[in-house]
Amino acid sequence: MRKNVKVYGTPTCPFCVRAKKFLEDNNIEFENIDISTDAEKTREMVKKSNQMGVPVLDIEGEIIVGFDKDKITQALGL
Amino acid sequence: MFDLIIIGAGPAGITGAVYAARKGLNFLVLTGDIGGQAAWSSDIENYTGYQFVSGAELTIKFEEHMKKYNIDIRENEPAGELSREGDIVLVKTAKTEYAAKSVVIASGKQSKELGVPGEKEFRNKGLAYCATCDGPLFAGKDVAVIGGGNSALDAALQLIKIAKKIFIVNISPELGGDAVMRDKVIKSGKVIVMNNTRVTGVLGDKFVSGISVSNKEGERELAVEGVFVEIGLIPNSDFAADIEKNDQGEIKVNCRNETNVKGVFAAGDVTDVPEKQIIIAAGEGSKAVLTASRYLAIQE
Repeated sequence: MRKNVKVYGTPTCPFCVRAKKFLEDNNIEFENIDISTDAEKTREMVKKSNQMGVPVLDIEGEIIVGFDKDKITQALGL
Repeated sequence: MFDLIIIGAGPAGITGAVYAARKGLNFLVLTGDIGGQAAWSSDIENYTGYQFVSGAELTIKFEEHMKKYNIDIRENEPAGELSREGDIVLVKTAKTEYAAKSVVIASGKQSKELGVPGEKEFRNKGLAYCATCDGPLFAGKDVAVIGGGNSALDAALQLIKIAKKIFIVNISPELGGDAVMRDKVIKSGKVIVMNNTRVTGVLGDKFVSGISVSNKEGERELAVEGVFVEIGLIPNSDFAADIEKNDQGEIKVNCRNETNVKGVFAAGDVTDVPEKQIIIAAGEGSKAVLTASRYLAIQE
């Protein structure tokens, strides 16, 4: 089953870039949300994750802060 | 038993790993992350072959280069303790213990912490160590940069484009760093420099709402929603208790990357090699592995 995946990040954050690369390498479709240009999405991310670090991944409602490969793999069932 | 364990996967560790793979060594890389400090650099314009590359892009290139050799890299598994027993070097991590004939320490440096109340609680809740990454979250807000050297100036320059007002809280009598950067920061008109001033605490409820600072006029509070700590770096060398270091905690190496302990080599920013540069760290990483491979050949 295809999961709904969102990645909140900034273009300059290395772990955002790596997280997205990891998803691409695993053929996972995701919505890329650049919070550097969207204040509304920034608020949404802070509210969901209760913190201000990027990246934040929303995998079908499961919130993962940072590029945590193990957690991402598990949440996606890879 | 491994021939070699490489500790760290920044430019030194990764370059070393590529050399170790090409030498056909049985080895493994233990690291907390990939890319190290290089990953956090915004613009890299002095790594030969790349006129311009971001730290994130260079890290991906490094990772791809390692993948080509099927290198066994254990991310999220930094070295916790290093010791020597006879001819074997043991490296403990939170998960297990590894034995090897030789080790290359390339664990780099990390941001120094302020060591004030509130710092740990508010990390990623307004307090950050990377303006490049987290700066955009503070669009239109008042922020503080702690520090007075080049990294503090660099953070301030990035924040000038984003934030409303920037306080630079500097413990020294005046700003250090390059004159060009200092001028840019001051001319921006957005920056208030507070010299001879110490941060005494980070304040807030759920997120940062201010910092307390102290100088000869007394203690006061600055209302800011973001705090960027840029007070320098410390080497990640604590785990290597028996290895000789200088007074800054950098591992002492000779020109062949040998430490005071047989079979233990070190490379990159964790060492006392002068000039901390990505290209230097990469070169040192290759040197350390070549020395280790020569050492292994003699042992056999």
